[in-house]
Amino acid sequence: MKIGLFIPCYVDALYPQVGVATYKLLKSLGLDVDYPEKQTCCGQPMGNAGFQNMADELVENYDKLFKDFDYVVAPSASCAAYVKLFHPNIVNHECKAAQKTMDVVEFLHDVLQIKSLPSKFPHKVSIHNSCHGVRELHLSSPSELNIPRFSKIKDLLQLVEGITILEPERVDECCGFGGMFSIEEPAVSVRMGTDKLNRHLATGAEYITGPDSSCLMHMQAIAKHQNYPIQFIHVVEILAAGL
Amino acid sequence: MSTKHTIAAEKFLQNSEKVTRHDQTFWSVRVKRDAQSQELPEWEELREAASQIKKHTITHLAEYLEKFEKNATKNGAIVHWAKDADEYNEIVMDILHKHQVKKVVKSKSMLTEECHLNDHLIKHGIDVVETDLGERILQMMHLAPSHIVMPAIHITREQVGRCFEDYKISPEVGNYDPTYLTRCARYHLRDNFMTADCGMTGGNFGIAETGDIVVCTNEGNADMSTSIPKLHIVSMGLEKLIPDYKAMGVFHRLLARCGTGQSTTVYTSHFRGPRPGGEMHIILVDNGRSKILGNEEHWQTLKCMRCGACMNTCPVYRRTGGYSYTYFIPGPIGINLGMLKDPDENYHNLPACSLCCSCDNVCPAKVDLSSQIYRWRQGLDGMGHADPMKKFMSKGMQVLFESPGLYTTALKFAPIANHLPKFITEIKLNGWAQGREMPVFAKQSFHELWKKGKVKA
Ligand code: SF4
Ligand code: SF4
Repeated sequence: MKIGLFIPCYVDALYPQVGVATYKLLKSLGLDVDYPEKQTCCGQPMGNAGFQNMADELVENYDKLFKDFDYVVAPSASCAAYVKLFHPNIVNHECKAAQKTMDVVEFLHDVLQIKSLPSKFPHKVSIHNSCHGVRELHLSSPSELNIPRFSKIKDLLQLVEGITILEPERVDECCGFGGMFSIEEPAVSVRMGTDKLNRHLATGAEYITGPDSSCLMHMQAIAKHQNYPIQFIHVVEILAAGL
Repeated sequence: MSTKHTIAAEKFLQNSEKVTRHDQTFWSVRVKRDAQSQELPEWEELREAASQIKKHTITHLAEYLEKFEKNATKNGAIVHWAKDADEYNEIVMDILHKHQVKKVVKSKSMLTEECHLNDHLIKHGIDVVETDLGERILQMMHLAPSHIVMPAIHITREQVGRCFEDYKISPEVGNYDPTYLTRCARYHLRDNFMTADCGMTGGNFGIAETGDIVVCTNEGNADMSTSIPKLHIVSMGLEKLIPDYKAMGVFHRLLARCGTGQSTTVYTSHFRGPRPGGEMHIILVDNGRSKILGNEEHWQTLKCMRCGACMNTCPVYRRTGGYSYTYFIPGPIGINLGMLKDPDENYHNLPACSLCCSCDNVCPAKVDLSSQIYRWRQGLDGMGHADPMKKFMSKGMQVLFESPGLYTTALKFAPIANHLPKFITEIKLNGWAQGREMPVFAKQSFHELWKKGKVKA
């Protein structure tokens, strides 16, 4: 199975260790993983700001780079969701690569269906169920819907030895990042982030973990500003811990 | 990068305790709604049914309107058609003049708010008394509703008490006990019911098959408004029509559960004709609705049954209050309806959304609220309302991301921020730094690590 690794721009620049962990994990599972170097961004920052038409070339480029892989895997739920759900509308045609794009959690859980991992992480973590992960990719059951409860993130983390998994009250309320929203409505965004952080802290967790580094980045920036005693780690880093 | 909403929101957020109270009040309604929805195993099917019925009715609207008019007329009601707010207000005034009405008691109606009916009536010397308690309090305080279902929830009981004292309907000065205040309101409203010449109601649903108007309230004020005066005027938007009683069963099960977390409203009244010796008028109002019908990207707003659930779940609404929005309907549905009404005035509300998609999931009629907000944003540039800074930043990103070479070069230099000038550093000017530290760029990007062969299994 040929896997194309998509490392979205901000992960590339700010959290390369998340990309490295994804690569290591996929390789350890015996997959053929490649990273096309000409990749940049999924286009979501422009789209959410109201300029998706500026992203058309990006989308075509993405499709060209990734269309021949069996799956495209990204360690970022929001970007994977954007590619999957928005790319075809931006360019008004089917996108092969978009159809094959998955968030890494989804991929490990649904495609590989992994049942064991060699990793250890003897810490208390609070899961951050990011909006697009929950409501666009259904990585967990959205709290608003009356459907059977599930969490693919929890299922995977449970394979890690020594981990204590917690979740905050208001389990999938938005943290207030929202891309351009965070700088256009800074007061609301910071307030939402602070409220969310406090609920994560109340679980007694040492780490906040989630499938979206963007939400983690936003909360981390607030936590740092307020000297909150909490650390941040992407789900895939925990799954790859010890590799 | 500010709009009227961002400015008002920032101000609202300065009072942290008030924000907490506001947020918790509406969140608790969301929690009640969740509990109600979990009790019905068929919940998601009900939502789908509601969505389909609305879609069906809206796409066969002419047919159903005709049927409704025929049946309502058969029942003895007089049906009027108003193409816009002005025509609507005139029709109401005509009816009131004919009956020499001096005082009108009104139950809650967002449509009359939309058409500014009260101002119009007052200008013509008619005494208008809102009878929904929340609406009455706001009317006395000269304030607009801040929510469509719980319009005065942002007002404290102390404020209510003082207002009642000013209006001399609370004799015990300083008594802010809710039960006492409710009793004061009750006496005051009873006096008004007794002396009014006309009762006006909205209509939550109009049933085409029977010509019924269905009004849902918790206070019974619609029933009081129509039980004493002989003249009853119903004002209803075209989109409130549903085919039949079977459909009514679906909507009745959803409305209160979604709106307030009750299994039903306390009163669900069906009005089918005038009282003996009285008159019942039904005014069907278009006011832009038929235009929305042909709007491919936004017609789904017509499925809305005004339950308010999307406001209660919206993390931005809960933290910024109803008055931060420029349109009289706030929150997710208000952002969209405002744009349909007057984009030049209401594009200010488009930033008030983190695109969390929670509203889509609570909506009983499955209105695609967040997708519509996303689509409106795409149209801003064409309307001449794009924020220049945002456009500049997006353009910068486009240039950067379209050229892998430039992108990798930018990544190579540390600190990278210096080389992504418009994309990253402008953030500082634009509020990221308010209450947040800047993110730290990695010494080596993933790209670089890969190129150097440092990404290893
Ligand atoms: S998608 Fe936007 S409007 Fe809807 S609930 Fe979330 S923040 Fe509010
Ligand atoms: S859009 Fe949906 S949730 Fe919002 S008020 Fe209308 S029916 Fe209720």
